[in-house]
Amino acid sequence: MLAARIIPCLDVKDGRVVKGVNFVGLRDAGDPAELARLYDAQGADEICFLDISASVEGRGALLDAVKRTADECFTPLTVGGGVRTPADVHALLLAGADKASINTAAVTTPEVIDAASAAFGAQAIVVAIDAKQTGAERWEVFTHGGRTPTGKCAITFAREAADRGAGELLVTSMDRDGAKTGYDLALLARIADAVRIPVIASGGAGTLQHLVDAITIGRASAVLAASIFHFGTHTVGEARAALAAAGVPVRTV
Amino acid sequence: MQTIALIDYGSGNVRSVARALAAGAARGGHACDIRLTRDPDFVARADRIVLPGQGAFAACMDALVADAPLLAAMGEAVRTRGAPFLGICVGMQLLMTEGFEHGAHPGLGWIPGACRLHESGERLPHMGWNAVTPVRQHPVLDGLAPTRHMVFMHSFVVAPADDAATAARTDYGASFASAVAQGNMVGVQFHPEKSQAAGLDLLSRFIAWSPS
Repeated sequence: MLAARIIPCLDVKDGRVVKGVNFVGLRDAGDPAELARLYDAQGADEICFLDISASVEGRGALLDAVKRTADECFTPLTVGGGVRTPADVHALLLAGADKASINTAAVTTPEVIDAASAAFGAQAIVVAIDAKQTGAERWEVFTHGGRTPTGKCAITFAREAADRGAGELLVTSMDRDGAKTGYDLALLARIADAVRIPVIASGGAGTLQHLVDAITIGRASAVLAASIFHFGTHTVGEARAALAAAGVPVRTV
Repeated sequence: MQTIALIDYGSGNVRSVARALAAGAARGGHACDIRLTRDPDFVARADRIVLPGQGAFAACMDALVADAPLLAAMGEAVRTRGAPFLGICVGMQLLMTEGFEHGAHPGLGWIPGACRLHESGERLPHMGWNAVTPVRQHPVLDGLAPTRHMVFMHSFVVAPADDAATAARTDYGASFASAVAQGNMVGVQFHPEKSQAAGLDLLSRFIAWSPS
């Protein structure tokens, strides 16, 4: 049976891993390659590297930092940040990424999803959706690291991204990001029910129970978390044990 | 010192495969010259051939066919000389006679069979760690017994025409062949280079393998 995945996330700014609350107030959490090595040793099921300032500053992810990070892990690596074209995706794959995550450009030029998926396969294309709740059962997509509202409904956009060839959706609740109050389970479940591709839960993990809830209630295929791992609150092994205790399938390490 | 040709035909993340092969060689204490190459002379004489693959079946096959000297050298090494071969993901799927991703396309046909979408009702792509269960003895897979979790990132699966070519199975809504083996050829649908210790062990066994 396919195991639920535990994905430590490295939010990288100026080559350093940082973590903030609601996308602001960033705090230094270390070197990406060092953290990747640590999480690989802990048995992370996958590692995610997001260059969070790339789109804002109008440049691609730092290929050198990506290479250094990829060299430290024998587990799948997803890289995002400033991915605009299939050529950007290719550069990341050659640098050692297994998947490229597209965020801002997936909204502004959604054809890039079709083109990148056709060129590299759906399994290599993640569409990252940053969503903010704007009403009852209503979530809006934001771009540029959560700075720019788009007026798009997150559920409708999730369906469009899947139809265009995304292989996975990385769904981040901006309201919950860094708040440690739990993932937005309603948002996750709505999107998981709207598409037939895997959904990765992101934004809000503060306890091990939150990880369990994202899978069992939010119907996500994977849980992404940063703060609880970076600052030593929990190890990946503890997260896996908590999922297993709740009856969620996990891998044997 | 044995030579391992990691076929460079423009496929995606080959850097990881090269690094994992080196780590697998180190684990088994084997001295290896591992080269990411499209040099027909090196490939034709290599002790082992590894064919990675990422993307669509036809795109990968077209890239191989477009380099006729490279394809001929692979055939010389694997088919004529019997050098041990490992195909990974699409590199395994290409062993089949034909693939049905974006229409019907011929494969290498070195192991008769077809590659089709895994329609099991589960979400696709099949993404992440799943259990690989060997269905017969094989030196490259033996260390997997009874099951080890390996990393998958794919939507299409192979079905060898002769069930004896299926070496391991994995369940995702429905069971499929996650490893195939015939003579000096082994193919794995999962990514050993991304499967931490379990994957490096498999690569180490491939490097030590002498097909009889």
